[in-house]
Amino acid sequence: MSGTRRQLGLRLGPALAIGLTVGGMIVLIALPVAAIFVQALRDGIGGYSRALADPAALHAIWLTCLAAGIAVPLNLVFGLVASWAIAKFVFPGRELLISLIDLPFAVSPVISGLIWVLVFGARGWFGPWLDDWDVKVIFAVPGIVLATLFVTFPFVARELIPLMLEQGAEEEIAARSLGAGGWQIFRRITLPNIRWALLYGVLLCNARAMGEFGAVSVVSGHVRGRTNTMPLHIEILYNDYDVTAAFAIASLLALLGLVTLAVKRWTSRRTASELSLAGATTS
Amino acid sequence: MSSTFRRPSPLPGFAPTMAYTLVYLLLIVLLPLSSLFLQLGNLTWESFREAVFDARVLASYRLTFGLSAAAALFDLVFGFLVAWTLVRYRFPGRDLLDATIDIPFTLPTAVSGIALTAIWASNGWIGSWLDGFGIRVAYTSWGIFLALAFIGLPFVVRTLQPAIEELDAEQEAAAAGLGAGRFAIFARVLLPALVPAAVTGFALAFARGLGEYGSVVFISGNMPFRTEIVSLLIVTKLEQYDTNGAAAIAVVMLGASFLILLAINLLQQRVRRLLGSEG
Amino acid sequence: MSIEVRNVSKSFGGRKVLDAVDLKVEQGELLALLGPSGSGKTTLLRLIAGMETPDPGSGEILFLGDDVRGRDVRDRQVGFVFQHYALFRHMTVFENVAFGLRVRPRKVRPSKAEIRERVEKLLSMVQLEGFGGRFPAQLSGGQRQRVALARALAIEPRVLLLDEPFGALDAKVRAGLRAWLRRLHSELHITTILVTHDQDEALEVADRVVVMNQARIEQVGTPHEVFHAPATEFVMDFLGTVNVFSGRVHRGEADFGTLRLPCANVPSHTADQVRLYVRPHELDLARDSGRQDGLTATVLRSVPAGSCAKVLLETVDGVALQVDLPFERWHELSPIDGERLEVFPRHVRAFVPDYSI
Repeated sequence: MSGTRRQLGLRLGPALAIGLTVGGMIVLIALPVAAIFVQALRDGIGGYSRALADPAALHAIWLTCLAAGIAVPLNLVFGLVASWAIAKFVFPGRELLISLIDLPFAVSPVISGLIWVLVFGARGWFGPWLDDWDVKVIFAVPGIVLATLFVTFPFVARELIPLMLEQGAEEEIAARSLGAGGWQIFRRITLPNIRWALLYGVLLCNARAMGEFGAVSVVSGHVRGRTNTMPLHIEILYNDYDVTAAFAIASLLALLGLVTLAVKRWTSRRTASELSLAGATTS
Repeated sequence: MSSTFRRPSPLPGFAPTMAYTLVYLLLIVLLPLSSLFLQLGNLTWESFREAVFDARVLASYRLTFGLSAAAALFDLVFGFLVAWTLVRYRFPGRDLLDATIDIPFTLPTAVSGIALTAIWASNGWIGSWLDGFGIRVAYTSWGIFLALAFIGLPFVVRTLQPAIEELDAEQEAAAAGLGAGRFAIFARVLLPALVPAAVTGFALAFARGLGEYGSVVFISGNMPFRTEIVSLLIVTKLEQYDTNGAAAIAVVMLGASFLILLAINLLQQRVRRLLGSEG
Repeated sequence: MSIEVRNVSKSFGGRKVLDAVDLKVEQGELLALLGPSGSGKTTLLRLIAGMETPDPGSGEILFLGDDVRGRDVRDRQVGFVFQHYALFRHMTVFENVAFGLRVRPRKVRPSKAEIRERVEKLLSMVQLEGFGGRFPAQLSGGQRQRVALARALAIEPRVLLLDEPFGALDAKVRAGLRAWLRRLHSELHITTILVTHDQDEALEVADRVVVMNQARIEQVGTPHEVFHAPATEFVMDFLGTVNVFSGRVHRGEADFGTLRLPCANVPSHTADQVRLYVRPHELDLARDSGRQDGLTATVLRSVPAGSCAKVLLETVDGVALQVDLPFERWHELSPIDGERLEVFPRHVRAFVPDYSI
């Protein structure tokens, strides 16, 4: 008797759980994502392309690419360098250093912008000095780049360090014993072993750099056609009730996010299968 | 110097890469962050208290902390259901569902903000329907709750998922063999094992909610004392050239999120030690 | 190439892993470093390779008389085979073996055709012809082991260093590879140092065995020497099965219970407290022999499977004994469980317990 009740419960339970989960996820997440594209195409393809071809929109796209184009390579180099130092060597304070690299994750976007205002703003540390030289950082492009650098600082390092710690340094030491130089070891051994995580780290870093809103909003000064990145331009258009144009630009960023997500799933599968193959090598 | 500092290794490049790491960390993260605390030097204790405990600021703390906690709690309940379903059941579209979890994490916050508003505003797909019942979500604290729940969900699901995967099927079978009913197994055997992950997920979602800005400002209405979150208040202070006030509030919020992350770390260390001594 | 290690110490975080070790490796020999885990054998190997550096001011490591302490693993021209092989997982077998040649500076790098020819030759030497296109993950453990060896040999090393080379393999594969390694060594005559915790492996493969324990070398000698003339109690105990009695030593005779026997390695002085060691094959069993120089023991069980028959007994003093008998002898005697037999030691070694620890 209890057997049949359990079976019934087991059949009802999953159906209910799956139903609630799928329903909840549709309402909470899928509908908003769908709304972005529906709203963007509300006035048809013509309206969509008109919104994107607007000079202010083009400038915002260009500025976003510029900020990401500077911040991502710098943080990419940092991520590679830091993960080499941290994962291939044993030294005291390693855990602390990893925590410090994660620090920007714990700082909210608005505060991430605020700190640069405090350093380079008109009344900040270097404000008067910058003024003397007539250099503008805050409410200008350099401030946007700096805020983006801070916000996306940990992304590449954070993808690489755990993976490289797991892989250890044996292959590199083997390469060394076979006569390879430091650069040869890095290029021929380390890099191929981390390529998928690196690809995802860079894409995530890039998606964050292009999509950052709070920090950039604080340092930008909101000058239309001058210091507007794509997210800031979305805000201006939205507040001007130009909803279609706002969603048109938002759809570009949303696509970037979805592509990043797809790449993540693909790369993490690759890394997992490579790690398990490597595990088979050692067992 | 480096040879006594670290364990010797036959690999080259420690000194330059470590030096680069530290200098870059100092320039991009540590020095700018320290400006926040140096800025406090400009304030007297009185003016700091005034900036931090002003009635409007207090109202925004209540709103931000209260709604972040409520949203994290919602995420905990719903996130548990999602994680459980994903781990325990196989059904068509499961992979797609699993991918959907990360969307709030990869979508730019401003984009999430306007998208949520479009759905839940009184002329939106769901908002117009709710309007018929006299319920308003956008431009009320419900809107903020919704945005924070949206943002925090991946943190709970991605923390709980591996913990549920690791649940010991043998333990469950053993409990059933001892005559425990399904509810008793769930409550006495499974739930306690998930508490550390649940607390961590909740805390991560909560901490993320405290600092959230982009996804909230579009849907919140931003009415002082009613729907004004702390992040927005910091921006407002800055726009009024009250740098000191902004820095003071920022330090309070930063302290709160550091405390939460510290608590998570301590919790995880304790759990690791407990499990280590058992295993 | 000859290698000399002089007075080398190494500590990790205050713990001594090697304590003033001296060792000479002769040109062309195959030397085994044998010891339990934590005895310092792998550290000694890594020091010779240049992957670790000796404690400052401790001693020197000489290759052909040259001090190589200042040179790291890249410049020592050693072929190192890692315990878990450390094959490059994203490269094919061919690329793995060719790696050491391809990373040479352009001036001394062989041409593509030469590299191909040398790699093919190495692969045929390790019996892996036709496997060049496979990835490490597609190979068995024994095959990976041989790829690692070919890769190490490709750079024409002056010395070959093997860290637990067969540790990760099953017993059958391991036995086959041991014989193969021995043949390979007699073809190449390259100075080889092998680390192992498996005494059979060390005794079977090596020209000389270095027995290590607790950061020190206990004994260096041929397999015959270390097995039959162990210098210390540890070596006696570590190599093979032993029967241990406590007793006394007096004027060259071991004295245990009612027995007195000439002792092979007796300490010159008289000692009251010694431990007497007899290997299982150095004991004989008899029934009603009439001899007076035996011990009495009760048969607990016979194990007649293996290369000889094992008889497990207990003496009247409660000491457990193992006696290995050739099968003919065992059949002739046919011990019955529970019966009392006489035990005759043929060869006894005495060691004074070291209480200094």
